[in-house]
Amino acid sequence: MSLVIQGGRLIDPANRVDGKKDLYIDDNGFVVGVGKPPTGFKARNTLLAQDKIVCPGLVDLRARLREPGLEYKATIESEVHAAVAAGITTLCCPPDTLPVIDTPAMAQMLQSRAWRFGLAFIHPLGALTQRLEGKLLADMEALDEAGCVGFTNALSPVTDTLVMRRALEYATTLDLTVFLHAEDPWLRNGGCVHEGEVGTRLGLPGIPEAAETVGVARDLALIEQTGCRAHFCGLSSARAATMVAAAQKKGLPVSADTTAHHLHLTEHDIGDFNTLCHVRPPLRGQHDREGLRKAISNGTIAAICSDHQPHEPDAKLAPFARSEPGISALETLLPLSLKLVDEKLLTLAEAIALLTHKPAEIIGVETGHLGLGATADICIFDPEARWTLTEDRLVSRGHNTPFLGQTFHGRVTHTLVGGKLVYEFPPA
Amino acid sequence: MNQGLQFDDTGRLRHLLTIEGLSRQTILEILDTAESFISVGQREIKKIPLLRGKTVVNLFFEFSTRTRTTFEIAAKRLSADVINLSVGSSSTAKGETLLDTIRNLEAMHTDLFVVRHGESGAAHMIARHVPPHVRIINAGDGRHAHPTQGLLDMFTIRRYKGDFGKLKVAIVGDILHSRVARSQIHALKTLGVAELRVVAPKTLLPTAVEKLGVISCTRMEDGLDGVDVVMMLRLQRERMQGAHIPSEHEYFNLFGLTPAKLALAAKEAIVLHPGPMNRGLEIDSAVADGPQSVILPQVTYGIAVRMAVMALIMGGTPGNREETRGAAAGGVRTSGTGRKRK
Repeated sequence: MSLVIQGGRLIDPANRVDGKKDLYIDDNGFVVGVGKPPTGFKARNTLLAQDKIVCPGLVDLRARLREPGLEYKATIESEVHAAVAAGITTLCCPPDTLPVIDTPAMAQMLQSRAWRFGLAFIHPLGALTQRLEGKLLADMEALDEAGCVGFTNALSPVTDTLVMRRALEYATTLDLTVFLHAEDPWLRNGGCVHEGEVGTRLGLPGIPEAAETVGVARDLALIEQTGCRAHFCGLSSARAATMVAAAQKKGLPVSADTTAHHLHLTEHDIGDFNTLCHVRPPLRGQHDREGLRKAISNGTIAAICSDHQPHEPDAKLAPFARSEPGISALETLLPLSLKLVDEKLLTLAEAIALLTHKPAEIIGVETGHLGLGATADICIFDPEARWTLTEDRLVSRGHNTPFLGQTFHGRVTHTLVGGKLVYEFPPA
Repeated sequence: MNQGLQFDDTGRLRHLLTIEGLSRQTILEILDTAESFISVGQREIKKIPLLRGKTVVNLFFEFSTRTRTTFEIAAKRLSADVINLSVGSSSTAKGETLLDTIRNLEAMHTDLFVVRHGESGAAHMIARHVPPHVRIINAGDGRHAHPTQGLLDMFTIRRYKGDFGKLKVAIVGDILHSRVARSQIHALKTLGVAELRVVAPKTLLPTAVEKLGVISCTRMEDGLDGVDVVMMLRLQRERMQGAHIPSEHEYFNLFGLTPAKLALAAKEAIVLHPGPMNRGLEIDSAVADGPQSVILPQVTYGIAVRMAVMALIMGGTPGNREETRGAAAGGVRTSGTGRKRK
């Protein structure tokens, strides 16, 4: 179905494009013309995008779809619908499903399930160690063959430094990227909030900043020794971001992301035990939020991710420490990132880069840009539309977001995957 | 903070979850009401009909003797029907279970829940999910708050020391894990003490404790120097396990309140302890049983203060208000700022 997207402002940071340019897509779903059609091109369909931004479909480095194992929270089907409603066309899933993604069969199953719906692309992250136990290495080569775009132990720490060293060495052997959640489990010590003012006031066990910096320091030392390409997931503290920046300056092959909520919320948003603000790593202080903001504006942190964790309502109906951490965050990823543009921290093109080609480069997947020949994974949004996040608006099965009731600027109007329109607002 | 949850639309106290957010006026109102109830305990018939026909459930997910007993006595002196439920609080007890328990008891038309739970924020969560006519009193939640303990401590201090504005107070011991300390800090700050210090080794002080408006000291010599009130905290004997202290012996040497250390405080200083005491660990028997100790009066006052809190929270109707006043007028009211120690 050949298509022209007409009249929009095309922002494609990877190709340094920002201007009013029409986009031409052929029957196979590839971009065949930017600004002008290839000779003899006849579009069967026209999508009018006046006053809208046309950009690559968003790439989310971390989203839990809860399938398999936790289908009472959400399913692949429910969450890929939420993803495309949010302009997200590529998702990475951590391996901490039930069972764990530590076999090629699991990795393939996940992708084929997602394919059935033909909405967003799902790329699994493979387990770094078998069953995420931190003892024996997973079959990384087989998992890589099965489509895993990186390897991680997710939130289960590899406490044995020798196993960690071997895992990094082995990943380096196969030229794979390792995704690290840097956290010292002893310093975390069962904490559930930042060890700071709010934790002190509410009497909640704290996770000190040092839990993250000690973790980053250990992992950086092993990365330096092994030369492994590594990506730090979900940095939460200013100091950790500074450490990653110093490592990058030294030439170590490290990248990092943070979540949209860590760029907007602090420990103070927990207020009176608001379990919707229970996340891991925890929301930290003002100083940390500023540090993370600086790190995204100077390029230390190359991606903003949702860290989507949908929950059933009961998961949050518990005393704070007993509630399950995580935010249903797919549908606020773009609006919260656009808020950083409103707040003059980023230009629109920079914000889009952090959501598209930069995360795509981290996972080494050919997406996140709209050059000639690229797959037409596209997000079109109205930058002026104002809307309020309400429960009935949420497409995700998880309604656990502290942003309910907030008004945002910028709303996704169309999402295309492989040139096919998969989401439209308002529905046609 | 807490404004929405603890108060009704007219600003009246609906639940007591934490002292944080209570005005000076509200705290004084509770203390004044408690003064009027002191006499009830001294009568031959220790009962007034204020909460007649009301059902109070003491719901304790954590073991307690004195708090539960004093709440029970307080409710019975107000003529309420009291049911005590001790629910084993295993670490696997889930939020749903907690809410389900509450909902079941609520279905039995309970008017007031007195809740103790091992998790910080448990009372807040329950208060958020009960219907408007049900009242909640927090009898201790995790490390967060123990507001009636804080209030009875204020009552005791006022009785012995009078004007808070002139007082220097030290809270000594395991501040990190203590809900009592947090409630005392909020109460003392709101009542405007001249100086408030916390004294503990760094391992037992919360990182951001000074944000609560206190001066933190790590030596008894600095902490006790010239204070009018010494508030001791209980130290869990298991604190060696988390490497918070090396041994009981060393803790007692450094932070145990002995007559020698108490001598650093002002001459007329009083000593409080929320109980149960570990004699020879945080406090020397010579101090606990000594002339400056007000530890047993604290327990007695605890009943009057808990009666006052229940009365104020449940006294939603004008009729009940009348009865409160009646009780106050009928009582042998001791002078407002208390009898000084001889």
